[in-house]
Amino acid sequence: MDGSAAPLLAVENVSLSFGGIVALDKVSFGVEEGQIVGLIGPNGAGKTTLFNCLTRLYRVDEGDIHFQGKSILKLPPHRIAPLGIARTFQNLALFDKMPVLENVMIGMHSRTRSDFLSNALRLPWVGREERAMMDRATELISYLGLEPEMHRRVTDLPFGTMKRVELARALAGSPKLLLLDEPASGLNHKEVEDLIGLIREIRDQRKVTVLLVEHHMSLVMQVSDAVVALNFGRMIASGTPKEMQEDENVIKAYLGDGSA
Amino acid sequence: MESFLQQVVSGLATGGIYAALALALVMIYHSTNHLNFAQGEMAMFSTYISWSLINAGVPYWIAFFATLVIAFAGGVVIERLIIRWVEDAPVLTVVIVFIGLLMIFNSVAGWIYSYDIKVFPSPFPDQPIQIGTLYLGPHDVGAIAVTLIVLAILFLFFRYTSLGLAMRAAAENPESSRLVGIRVGRMLGMGWGLAALIGAVAGMMVAPIVFLDPNMMAGILIYAFAGAMFGGISSPGGAVFGGFFLGVTENLAGSYIPFIGNELKLSVALVIIVVVLLVRPSGIFGKVTVSRV
Repeated sequence: MDGSAAPLLAVENVSLSFGGIVALDKVSFGVEEGQIVGLIGPNGAGKTTLFNCLTRLYRVDEGDIHFQGKSILKLPPHRIAPLGIARTFQNLALFDKMPVLENVMIGMHSRTRSDFLSNALRLPWVGREERAMMDRATELISYLGLEPEMHRRVTDLPFGTMKRVELARALAGSPKLLLLDEPASGLNHKEVEDLIGLIREIRDQRKVTVLLVEHHMSLVMQVSDAVVALNFGRMIASGTPKEMQEDENVIKAYLGDGSA
Repeated sequence: MESFLQQVVSGLATGGIYAALALALVMIYHSTNHLNFAQGEMAMFSTYISWSLINAGVPYWIAFFATLVIAFAGGVVIERLIIRWVEDAPVLTVVIVFIGLLMIFNSVAGWIYSYDIKVFPSPFPDQPIQIGTLYLGPHDVGAIAVTLIVLAILFLFFRYTSLGLAMRAAAENPESSRLVGIRVGRMLGMGWGLAALIGAVAGMMVAPIVFLDPNMMAGILIYAFAGAMFGGISSPGGAVFGGFFLGVTENLAGSYIPFIGNELKLSVALVIIVVVLLVRPSGIFGKVTVSRV
């Protein structure tokens, strides 16, 4: 990091173990505003664990995580989304019984204000707010090409489409930072190509900073401004995609060091 | 023909009560995955509260709405103080907690109000409503109207408000809900509050028919279970349909099948539960749940 201003997201010496297993060991890196950062590493390296720390699903043992200069570790999980952090899941965590439109609208929850009484009494601003939500949800749905599926239940959709629904839900909260957990897994070649364009577009047009975990190397290398590599919970390298492709530690982590 | 229609209408009146209670059961089921055996006793207790208010001279409808508020608050408190702690507990623990709640409400009501049967007033006029040659019981018609209004409001609330959406989301997938900023605990608490509120409506509407005593909901809860099972425990609309269907079936069976009469009415519900469980365990409108093994 060379920026004079504090990064949007700063992970500082984060450690976490489950029983005796060290999942994260003093991991530190930063994500600058407007960057696309790739997080790579073999299976079990701690990538998803780190995501779960960022969204407060896991409690960090040591270290700190700052978002926009403030620590987020004291906040309960439901306070993370309103800060502007949204995520998608490797194995999807959608509301299966609901149609696409409602799934996207739920993503806006952190941007709504109406309380129970206003809702129960249908006070005027509830209706206004609901119309605004609807408009925004429809806009996102058409942005991601989901119009034909708008009223279909999520479980009836193909996997690739479900992933786009989850992306729409994440974007619905107008996040500043978008965490994508293996966005390319389960997608075919064409869909991966589209995804690369889409991630860039989200960053450029919607001014969203992106941190993504991915196994699909060509996607990571094409889309990222910076790459962070983890192995066994430790950060083994970080740099530009090009640097990473030549980094000895990264090559060893993926291919083994030959001495074993 | 007239008496047939009259039987249908009075079946719809009790059916509406079963439907309301069945809906309360389904709501709790959605968030906890268990049937709340105490739902009926919670409704009974709320009805006693409104009885006390009315006896203290509070006008009926003011007492009615005050009871709804108290029932809602009571539901939230039960969720906060008890249910929250057994959320992840094994099935049997939760079942025992529900049965414990049932017995506590039952005996506390008996202790405060005694087990003597009390008359509970109906807010509707005494004269039968005449349509052509058809005479309908005013309380029957009123109870149908009240339950339908409550069900319609709930439907609109859950379907068209962002809070309703958030509550559904919290019940379906708590983890994801937290990630989009939903306060899941608060939503589940409100779910209990609403379920208790619906129960209170059911209690106040049925009490003029069955009279008020601490055991008044026992049979009704079994019918509500049957209604929920019949329509599908996973489907709120199905449970409502099941409740109405059962009310009408029970009444028609009681009047037209000679050997059933009043004594065997309750068995009709139990037979329906057993048949549904054997033939279509997920109910008519319910979804089959498949779990990976």
